[in-house]
Amino acid sequence: MPGFDFSNYNRNAALHARGVPLPKATSTGTTIVGCIYDGGVVIAADTRATSGPIVADKNCEKLHYIAPNIWCAGAGTAADTEFTTNLISSNLELHALSTGRKPRVVTCMTMLKQHLFRYQGYIGAYLVVAGVDPTGTHLFTVHAHGSTDKLPYVTMGSGSLAAMSVFETQWKPSLTQDEAVKLCADAIEAGIWNDLGSGSNVDVAIITAEKTTLRRNYIKPNERTQKLKSYVFPKGTTAVLNEKIIHKEDLSKFVSVHELTEESGDVMEVDA
Amino acid sequence: MAAMFSQNPLMNGPNYSISDTPRINAPEGAREHRFDPYTDNGGSTLAIAGADFTIMAGDTRLASGYSINTRHYPKLFKIGGTTADQKDATIVLSVVGFAADGEALKERLDTICKMYRYRHGKPMSVKACAQRLSTILYQKRFFPYYAYAILGGLDEEGKGAVYSYDPVGSYEREQCRAGGAAASLIMPFLDNQVNFKNQYVPNSGEGHALQERERRPLTRSEVEVLVKDAFDGAVERHIEVGDGLQIMAITKDGIEEVMLPLKKD
Amino acid sequence: MANPFSINGGACVAMVGKDCVAIACDLRLGLQALTVSNNFPKVFQYGDSVFLGLTGLATDVSTVADLFRYKVNMYRLREERHIAPRTFANLVSTSLYERRFGSYFVSPVVAGLEPKTGAPFICGFDSIGCIDFAKDFIVSGTATEQLYGMCESLWEPNLGPDELFETISQALLSAVDRDALSGWGAHVYIIEKDKVTKRLLKGRQD
Repeated sequence: MPGFDFSNYNRNAALHARGVPLPKATSTGTTIVGCIYDGGVVIAADTRATSGPIVADKNCEKLHYIAPNIWCAGAGTAADTEFTTNLISSNLELHALSTGRKPRVVTCMTMLKQHLFRYQGYIGAYLVVAGVDPTGTHLFTVHAHGSTDKLPYVTMGSGSLAAMSVFETQWKPSLTQDEAVKLCADAIEAGIWNDLGSGSNVDVAIITAEKTTLRRNYIKPNERTQKLKSYVFPKGTTAVLNEKIIHKEDLSKFVSVHELTEESGDVMEVDA
Repeated sequence: MAAMFSQNPLMNGPNYSISDTPRINAPEGAREHRFDPYTDNGGSTLAIAGADFTIMAGDTRLASGYSINTRHYPKLFKIGGTTADQKDATIVLSVVGFAADGEALKERLDTICKMYRYRHGKPMSVKACAQRLSTILYQKRFFPYYAYAILGGLDEEGKGAVYSYDPVGSYEREQCRAGGAAASLIMPFLDNQVNFKNQYVPNSGEGHALQERERRPLTRSEVEVLVKDAFDGAVERHIEVGDGLQIMAITKDGIEEVMLPLKKD
Repeated sequence: MANPFSINGGACVAMVGKDCVAIACDLRLGLQALTVSNNFPKVFQYGDSVFLGLTGLATDVSTVADLFRYKVNMYRLREERHIAPRTFANLVSTSLYERRFGSYFVSPVVAGLEPKTGAPFICGFDSIGCIDFAKDFIVSGTATEQLYGMCESLWEPNLGPDELFETISQALLSAVDRDALSGWGAHVYIIEKDKVTKRLLKGRQD
């Protein structure tokens, strides 16, 4: 597969061999879940991204688009979940175009596991894959090493045990859409409250044969409280030694590119 | 290896390109035995001294790893009262780090303060208590209490006094101090808002001639606002801080205690 | 051996205001505890309102800054237009992830104004290109924790350019004073629709 550039690898490996610690990647210390119901499948995620004990992003998106009818929830190394799902989404679209058929969830899951297996776990993506295709409703988990599971309800990430405890006490074989959404949201909330790696809001995606509904910030139980005081400083509080103001008109004297206006006629067609 | 990975991605260590830090080569067949008696239970504390009061605060979360052990664990302890409920105490000790060591340290200091009162027929001054705490910590120089302590009270003149410690007893009297997991988040805020660091008087000069903003003692209500805002900020960005905020105000009339809610995620 | 991210030290922060954004960095370049230079800016300009802040290993900071200058120039020649901050952010992200298994030791920050709407845009990245889109502020460098503490308490929505300047400057100065590896002065850029103001701050020289 073309793509990765290993030219810094030897430098970094040499540093590492002398005891240099690993760079800290943003990890989605995460709770993600999925649950099949009568007529579709629901996946949900929390929205906290951490770097060690520090919250790097309070409202990140862990539900990734694969195809209109297939979505993915990601845990593990944030960059890996993002780029892996993007790559597979792209390849799946090409595959759908060349076969002239709608993409299938098993195809997506197989592409993901083959990609991840090839990288022997070094691509740290832990995914819940869900979707509805002509063969029915599907729900899978894919681990970073390439193993997969197919179950009616699944959880992953550091909050997986908290979330699973909700499924194991409340799940039943036949669920309505509302029940499934509630169950998934409750499972995520269990992670948000009881797992330090998870927090902030609940995102939910509902996939049926007809359409997919993404409910971004479906529940927001962690809004920040109002500060007791405004900390705006009076102008001139900071000591400034030097100041330079660059006006945009002045800048155009040195840069030769001009924005074309609508009136000037020959506007190049560019995607919005 | 039985399981290449756990269900929990974060338990596999950093999910990164190079899986493990290189180890020093041990001879063939050698086995390393280790004793790990410490845990970091997270949490954060804060103390600010005023003109005639000291405010101390700490969150009430007790965490280990990614788990919350309890949401109601106090980190502030009244020291040296005559009774078990400490209602006539005048000194407060806050501890973060390893909770068991913190508890042991508090018990030890309290006992010593009580013995002092019994022997001398008067309560221990904060200054004396502060020196004694340093001694207690240093006595365990090579098997330390894993605890970051802050001691607060009123000095002989009735002014607010805050003493901060490292785990082996190095200590210093200060105007304000943050301790524990979110200390690095809170401390610069305190520098800026309590000691007015980096603030200048607008239009008082040009460049280097600018006048620094003069320090003044904060009122109790101002300090209480800062404490709450400092913790709300820390809770947003530090996963080990949250659940509840325990605040103690030490004045000549005794110690007032309040509990406020913090975010629980 | 020390962590590559904390050999040279440095801090960077970006904030959103009302119709403006700010990006600021310290000026220190060190070798562990020894300060080598007090004039090593970490914010780079790639268009009239596209800025990139880079902290981490200084050699990679310079390399990555030059790499993006090349990439942005090539973009401008190919597309005959300036790069938008959001496009630039995606360029940064993909360029870093390309080196997933041998990354540059940098933590980039992008700040700018959307060319069509004039809306503020900021985002941050980890060293392998995961984007953190924030509506309030982004921090990076060895004073990350201190900056989070400052920004979380000082920042509020809809700050005007002058207020935003004071807030970001106070946040940066107080944060770097509690970090041994950053400080020694600071640069602050306030980016507005028709102008960019660059200021040099007085900071502790220790």
